[in-house]
Amino acid sequence: MSEKIAINFTVNGDNESRDVEVGQTLMKFIRDDLHLTGTKSGCEIGECGACTVILDGKPVNSCLVLAVELDGKELVTIEGLTKNGELDRIQKAFIDHAAFQCGYCTPGMIMSARALLERTPEPTDEDINEALSGNLCRCGAYQEIREAVKSASKK
Amino acid sequence: MAELKTVGTSVQRKDAIEKVTGSAQFIEDRYMGPMLYAKMKKSTVAHGIIKKIDLKKAQAHPGVKAILTGKDYPNKIGLYLIDRDFLAVEKVRYWGEPVAVVAAVTEKAAAEAVELIEVEYEELPGVFDPRESMKPNAPVIHEDLGNYEIVPIFYPKPGTNIANHFKLRKGDIDKGFAEADLVIEKEYYVPQMQHVPIETHKAAVQWGHDGKLTVWSTAQSPNVVRQLLAKSFDIPMHKIRVISSYIGGGFGCKAGASVEGLVIPLAKMFPGYIVRIIFNREEDMQGTFTRQALFSKLKTGVRKDGRITALQYEMIWDGGAYTEYGVNIVRAAGYSSTGAYDIPNVKTDSYCVYTNNSIGGPVRGFGMCEMQWGIERQIEEIAKQLDMDPLEVRMINGMKKGSTTAAGQVVQDVDYHKCLKTVADQIGWGKKEGKYRGKGIAGLVKCPAQPSNAASSAIIRINEDGTAHVMIGATEMGQGMLTAISQIASEALNIPVDKIDIKVPDTDFTPYEWQSVGSRITYTCGTSVKRAAEDALGQIYLIASDLLETPQEDLTFDGKKVYSTKDPGIKATIREIADSCKKCTGEGIAGPIIGRGSFVPTNMTNLDPETGQGNPGLFYCFGATGVEVEVDPETGVIKILQLAAAIDAGQAVNPQLCISQLHGGTIMGLSTALYEEVKFDKGIMLNRNFTDYKISSIDNTPHIDSFIIETPETNGPYGARGIGEQPMIAVAPAVANAVCDALGIEFNTFPLTPERVWKAIKDSK
Ligand code: FES
Ligand code: FES
Repeated sequence: MSEKIAINFTVNGDNESRDVEVGQTLMKFIRDDLHLTGTKSGCEIGECGACTVILDGKPVNSCLVLAVELDGKELVTIEGLTKNGELDRIQKAFIDHAAFQCGYCTPGMIMSARALLERTPEPTDEDINEALSGNLCRCGAYQEIREAVKSASKK
Repeated sequence: MAELKTVGTSVQRKDAIEKVTGSAQFIEDRYMGPMLYAKMKKSTVAHGIIKKIDLKKAQAHPGVKAILTGKDYPNKIGLYLIDRDFLAVEKVRYWGEPVAVVAAVTEKAAAEAVELIEVEYEELPGVFDPRESMKPNAPVIHEDLGNYEIVPIFYPKPGTNIANHFKLRKGDIDKGFAEADLVIEKEYYVPQMQHVPIETHKAAVQWGHDGKLTVWSTAQSPNVVRQLLAKSFDIPMHKIRVISSYIGGGFGCKAGASVEGLVIPLAKMFPGYIVRIIFNREEDMQGTFTRQALFSKLKTGVRKDGRITALQYEMIWDGGAYTEYGVNIVRAAGYSSTGAYDIPNVKTDSYCVYTNNSIGGPVRGFGMCEMQWGIERQIEEIAKQLDMDPLEVRMINGMKKGSTTAAGQVVQDVDYHKCLKTVADQIGWGKKEGKYRGKGIAGLVKCPAQPSNAASSAIIRINEDGTAHVMIGATEMGQGMLTAISQIASEALNIPVDKIDIKVPDTDFTPYEWQSVGSRITYTCGTSVKRAAEDALGQIYLIASDLLETPQEDLTFDGKKVYSTKDPGIKATIREIADSCKKCTGEGIAGPIIGRGSFVPTNMTNLDPETGQGNPGLFYCFGATGVEVEVDPETGVIKILQLAAAIDAGQAVNPQLCISQLHGGTIMGLSTALYEEVKFDKGIMLNRNFTDYKISSIDNTPHIDSFIIETPETNGPYGARGIGEQPMIAVAPAVANAVCDALGIEFNTFPLTPERVWKAIKDSK
């Protein structure tokens, strides 16, 4: 089978070591090896944003990153936002504003929004539009998403 | 009607926590057991005879377990017309049609093996334009059309490519035109579009050692999948179990049965294994339903006072290679062919025509976006030629209570005028704001397109502590069904929503629901659930009456206890009732409380084959969209300055979720108005990813002003009707009407891309 490489990283705050296949994408690794299935696959070519995770503080499309690149890095997935059963404020805001319908784009959308609020605590509509423009929502929850991100930023 | 407690409030979505935490399970997130992975070999020609399939190299590839071709299982499937091969048998009819399917131990091995399959074709002449395809000398795509099984409300023409010809004749068309002062005739074209749900089509199948087939599917309608598979594979229904998960968007493309049958014969070869197929984005766009393109000719006769006296509509639909489902879109567009207007004399011919393009099928709107595009554009033309306000023309002809549809069905519970007026007021109708600015309005109507006997059912189990489980067969694809249905149950049972559990269906355990399509679930499933709740309540009173030795009519239930209205001291808690035995003697009274409810429409009929007259609508939902645009004459870019949408929900079960649907549909409509068009070159789909097929994203989505109108639906649960599909319908014509107002240029097709608009500006000079 394919060649494997050992990597060390943290995922949602925990240190981990794994052997990963050289050609495997981070998205597949997160879903199939770490069993963190909150990260979704919508295109596998970097066009939809459903697979967005936060890698060393930056939002990335995990389908475009190789799993080996995780070595030495810090990974946060949607599962990492809930602390001791308590929802993150952005998750709460998504619920309050009904900022999702089918929920398939939602983990990626929330991760992009989370990363935005880290770097821009009080974003304008334009900041939000720009930060989330790579996250497609076919259900069309955009207006609610904008409102949710804005309300989460105020808290 | 008594004051409502839960219905009409914006309770939190039932699926909210799961969906924001990433714990909501979609089918790919479920571990089901030992797995094999399937991949398809797809045809490289649009129309051709399969001369030879060489599997040798692929079979020898490491990890490959089995490969099947159409010869191995020539089964067909179809919802209304059984014309569709799972795997092409002898010939292929569209580019990308599956010709073989591989099962392997990894997805990668399956994909590699697919590349090693060699297929030889003898190409046949293809037809890609339905207008050409319906001509007598066109190459025939389905030689066997005359032998296909079909629901007898469709009218194919064997020996041709016409899969359905729907005819409608209302009133006297000649008289209607004779009464007219003005006759307008125009042609319109609506291109194909794709649903592109962010979750693609997926299915996993297990053939148990005991012969039980378990199917996990992204399908919108598990019961229909079960029914179609049972027929296609000749398996008794109790031997098929279809399990639903959350669905990552449907919009029609996951209606009927689609991918499941591709892997069933493979699963049969490896009992106990799960054989899974996941369509990638390209396969999803090219190999599943596409919105049928429509070429239409519309002729209207109108009096000087703006009253439309006659309408003649010819619609030629590109059904694509298989029309198993598409034939009904063509029918629905036909029987609704006057749109939201009351027109006394109508002649409509709606044709579903096979071509060698991708398979046509249901999309949000089910033919209404395409058909009402022509109507709403033509009304503008009428207004222009009569020098009238287009809003006034809509008001004069718009349906009211007691109006008749094209099919002659009388509509009740209508306030279309309020929808129009609401959006008009919002956008400041009548005020011209600047040179390249314009305003447009369009209206809409839609009823669910379903067979007249499409049924629904529900079961409610009351637990010993007074909490409840609601069991239904509808699926949750984002529309908020779980929440709305729980609210209806809560209202009827007088039990708070948070004490009600509700799940997505599993055909072994949940009762029958025809399909989660057509915005019908709030009405159909909502009615079943209300009836099941009433049944359960009846049992609660029966037991309480015996227990308390008090006549039922003196009792009332407050959600926690039943007490006598005459003496509140006489009471029994729901737990005591559920325990169901007399405290003093221990005698049993009646068993656990299980409410059952079912629903089948009684207000629908088949349609006359010659005139299309009858009652095809379960209910009619009206709405309107208003838009203000500014066009950049240098670039052709349209800027949306205002977007207002109104929909008549009857009674909003959950206003917040109604608004969600209204926004979602409006945004999808706007996306089609401005960007979306599937492009084909001789059947080859050219834009098969999100870079080439652009859809709305957050940065180009304007603010929407949304309005829920509430004209109660007499027979809907608590007055509610479905609204999920409708908001999309009027958006494209409203945008085009606004652009026309801004530039004075008519568009008879969309999307209104900068290129198209810029070119039209240039040509007009
Ligand atoms: S799955 Fe990674 S961007 Fe679409
Ligand atoms: S909520 Fe369905 S794609 Fe965004």
